[in-house]
Amino acid sequence: MKKSNDAFWWTLFGGGGALTAMFVPALLFLFTIATPLGWVEGPSYANIAWLLMHPLTRIVAFGLISLSFFHWAHRFRFTLYDGLQLKHLFELIAVICYGGAIAGSLVAAYVLL
Amino acid sequence: MESKTGYTLHHPKWHRDAKPIFWWVKRWVYIGFIFRELTSVAVAYSAILMIILYRSVQSGPEAYAQMLECLSHPVMLVINVLALGAVLYHSITWFNLSPKAMVVRLGDWRVPDLMIAGGNYAGWFLISAVIAAAYILG
Amino acid sequence: MAEETITIEVLRYLPENGAEPEFQSYDVPLRSDWVVLDALNHIKDHIDGTLSYRWSCRMGVCGSCGMMINGEPVLTCAAFLTKYAPGPIRVEPLAHFPVVRDLVTEVTDFVDKLKHVKPWVVREEDKPLEEGEFKQTPAELSDFKSYTMCINCMLCYSACPVYGLEPGFAGPAALALAQRYNLDNRDEGNDERMARLSNDEGIWSCTMVGECSEACPKDVDPAGAIQRYKLAGAAEWWKSFITRKGK
Repeated sequence: MKKSNDAFWWTLFGGGGALTAMFVPALLFLFTIATPLGWVEGPSYANIAWLLMHPLTRIVAFGLISLSFFHWAHRFRFTLYDGLQLKHLFELIAVICYGGAIAGSLVAAYVLL
Repeated sequence: MESKTGYTLHHPKWHRDAKPIFWWVKRWVYIGFIFRELTSVAVAYSAILMIILYRSVQSGPEAYAQMLECLSHPVMLVINVLALGAVLYHSITWFNLSPKAMVVRLGDWRVPDLMIAGGNYAGWFLISAVIAAAYILG
Repeated sequence: MAEETITIEVLRYLPENGAEPEFQSYDVPLRSDWVVLDALNHIKDHIDGTLSYRWSCRMGVCGSCGMMINGEPVLTCAAFLTKYAPGPIRVEPLAHFPVVRDLVTEVTDFVDKLKHVKPWVVREEDKPLEEGEFKQTPAELSDFKSYTMCINCMLCYSACPVYGLEPGFAGPAALALAQRYNLDNRDEGNDERMARLSNDEGIWSCTMVGECSEACPKDVDPAGAIQRYKLAGAAEWWKSFITRKGK
C-alpha cells in the first residue's frame, strides 16, 4: 500500500473550506450584488485601494484565494471520481485539479504580492 | 496472511447490481451531496473574481469603475446571485458538519455539538459584520 | 369484516433459474404490532416457503435482518408495517453487496475489512496478570462509548455511495470501530491502524456524504468518527513531515 499524500491535500481543503465559509459570502454579496444593485454605496476608489493594497490585506487575501483554489481542487477531484465514475482517470484528474490550484495560486501571488 | 480488502471472489451465481453513472439523481440527499461538492466551483470562481478585483484596483480608478460597471451587467448579476447561493450553501453545510470533526473538551466536560456549530455561526456573523462595516463605512 | 392487508414486494433472486432478480408480491395482514420481519416470517410460514432471508434476535441487537425498505437501509425488525401503510412496501437485499439468494447477501468483504482494522485492544506487550486490570475512568470511556454500540449490521455500507462505487473502501463501520479502539486508553494500536488506514482505501476515500450516520440504528455516527480520524491523520502526517525535515 503506497504512502498517501491525501493528508496534505485534505489539510489545504479543510483550511480553505473553513476560511471561505467564513469570508466569501459577505464579500461576494457586497461586491457583486449589493453594490451593482445600488443597495449600498461602496468605498471610494482611494479608500478601497488603500485597504486592499495594505500589506496585511494582501497577505490575507492571497491566503484566502490560494486556499480557495485548493479547496476546489480537492472537492472537485472527488466529485469527478464519484459523481461521474471517473476513478480510472485517477492520476489525470489529480494532476489537473491540484495543478490548476497551484497555477491559480501562482497567478494570485504574481498579482497580489 | 493478511486478507487484502478490495478483492472479492469471483462467483458466477452471485447477483451484482451495476451502478448507473448518475446514481446520485435517485435520492434527494445524494443530489444535495453532489450540489454541496459543486459549491467548490463557486468558491474557485470567487477566488478568480478577487484576483480580477485586485488587478483592476492596481490599474487605477478608471479600471476599477469599469469593473464595477461590468458587474452590473444582468448576466453577471445572475451568475453572481447563483454563486452567492452556492457559497451560502457551502457555509451552512460546513458549519453544520463542523462538530463532527471538532471535539472540544473543557476538563471533563465535552462541549455539545450544538454549541460548536453555534460558535461557528457566531464567528461567521461577526466576520461578515466586520467586512460589511468596513465596506459601507470605508 | 375481512382483515386489512398490505402488499409486500420482495426482490427475489433464484440463481438456479439463472434469471435476473424480479419482484414478487405478497399480501400480508396489516397488523399494528407487526414489523416487516414479521411479515417476511408470515410469508415464509404461510404463503411461500422458498423465500430466503437472514434474521435472528428480532430486537435490534444481532444486526442480521438489515434490508432495503423502499430504497432505504433499515433493520426489518424495527420497521413497523403501519409506518409504510398503505403500501406497497418494497423489500430488497442490502445495497452494494453481492446477492446470494433473495434477500441474503454475501458479506465476506465486510468481515475482511473488519479484521483489517484490528478491532480489539492492541498491546505492544501483554501485561502480566499479577499487575491487575487496566483502569479506565468514566470520562475515558465516554470518549468512544458511542462507537462500541455498533452491531455490524452493515446498514452504513448500504447507505454509503463511496463503498458502492469503490469496493476497496474500508467503509463506515470498520473505520468507526478502528476509531473506537484508537480512542480507548488501554489500546496501543494507533500507529498500526493509521499505517493501514491513512490511504485512499481508508479514511481519505470518505467524502462525508453523511448517510452512514443517518442509517445507523445505534447512533454510532461513523461519519463523525471518520472526520475525527481524518483530523488525527492530518496531524500525524504534518508531525512526521516536520520531524523528517528536521533531521
